[in-house]
Amino acid sequence: MRQLNWNDLLFLPYAARWTVLLSASAFVGGGLIGLAIALMRVSPSRTLRWAAIAYIRVFQGTPLLLQLFLVFFGSELLGAGLDPYLAAVLGLSLNAGAFLGEIWRGSIQAVPPGQSEAARALGLGYGARMLRVVGPQALRVAVPPTVGFLVNLVKSTSLAAVIGFVELTRAGQLLNNATFRPFAIFGCVALIYFLLCWPLTLASKRLERRLASAYKR
Amino acid sequence: MQYTFHFGDIWAAREELFWGTLLTLELSAGSMVLSLVVAVFGALARTGGPRWLQALVSAYVEFIRNTPFLVQVFVIYFGLPAIGIRLDAIVCAVIAMVLNGSAYTIEIIRAGIESIGHGQSEAARALGLHRLQAFRLIVLPQALQAVVPPLGSQFILLMLNSSIVSVISAEELTAAAQDIQSRTFRSFEAYIVAAIIYFCLSMLFSGAFAVVSRFAFARPTVR
Repeated sequence: MRQLNWNDLLFLPYAARWTVLLSASAFVGGGLIGLAIALMRVSPSRTLRWAAIAYIRVFQGTPLLLQLFLVFFGSELLGAGLDPYLAAVLGLSLNAGAFLGEIWRGSIQAVPPGQSEAARALGLGYGARMLRVVGPQALRVAVPPTVGFLVNLVKSTSLAAVIGFVELTRAGQLLNNATFRPFAIFGCVALIYFLLCWPLTLASKRLERRLASAYKR
Repeated sequence: MQYTFHFGDIWAAREELFWGTLLTLELSAGSMVLSLVVAVFGALARTGGPRWLQALVSAYVEFIRNTPFLVQVFVIYFGLPAIGIRLDAIVCAVIAMVLNGSAYTIEIIRAGIESIGHGQSEAARALGLHRLQAFRLIVLPQALQAVVPPLGSQFILLMLNSSIVSVISAEELTAAAQDIQSRTFRSFEAYIVAAIIYFCLSMLFSGAFAVVSRFAFARPTVR
């Protein structure tokens, strides 16, 4: 065992870059899946709607940790063993897709149906209707809860530590194994997460208030 | 794909999975009850306490809600022995789950309290009830009734989150699956079976909560 020094603690913000990268990649992946799920969820086809509901149920009804294990070990069975980073991105994206899909479905349904009907009466196709009429209005409603979900996503990336990817939490574990100063180390780790998440929480609350006052009139 | 699935080893370890599932349920139910108790006091302090106490409670809530559960588990599991407190992994798991769960539950109950009109506690005060009596007898029962659905989903989240305490070797369902995979090398099978059990539990509980809140709490709340 050795002493904990300042350079060791600098290792933590350095490792936090991987937490940020992991969150960003999972948000992109989860966003694409979430968009597909949200559109399936409001589509006129019953099969698509049920498939989306089943997807959401499965990913919201099982622990994220097990989802990560299944992606990690499952990819080995398929003969395409993913490294821990890719497995974490894939697992987190699949999970985030379910939550974002549900959030965005709510936003799409918050747009009054008259909007879509009017667009249809004007001869707009599905793509144009979603992209130019429903989309921009749904976006306004979607932003605050999406930012709020980002907090969850950043926190969830800590689970990548369990499948062996060295992000912030894993860096704290490694440092703790070498120096055994758990309060100082995990305290710093928690503080860094807090500094990443707190601004997002505040932003989400502020956006929510602004939206609420916009709809009051 | 060259792999053949083989669930025989998992079936052979069914007892371990059963005890793991039972511990998961005990952990979740126990910490849900404890965090509900903590949260009632927390929400009371947050809504009616002196200013410094309100600030303290909201700092606690914000700090817990903006840091990962896994890190909280590590702080407790590795931190407490470092200051001379040795605890069993299960006790650490319960402490972490209650600390985490109560932060979320405080917010839920606070929202419930705020949804009950001021007229309720004013009328109670006018009838001669003490402030705490008005809270305990008039506001709290209505507030709890109003938040039964979010508390139900909070319980399911707590149960799914409890899988994380497997990292400190509390022998619950995920840890049981890990144990089975390390003995038999059937990792995918072990984890998919555990995931199915969790899925059945969350479907079961969300169904049960829906029924309960529909029939037992169908009385209209007075605003």
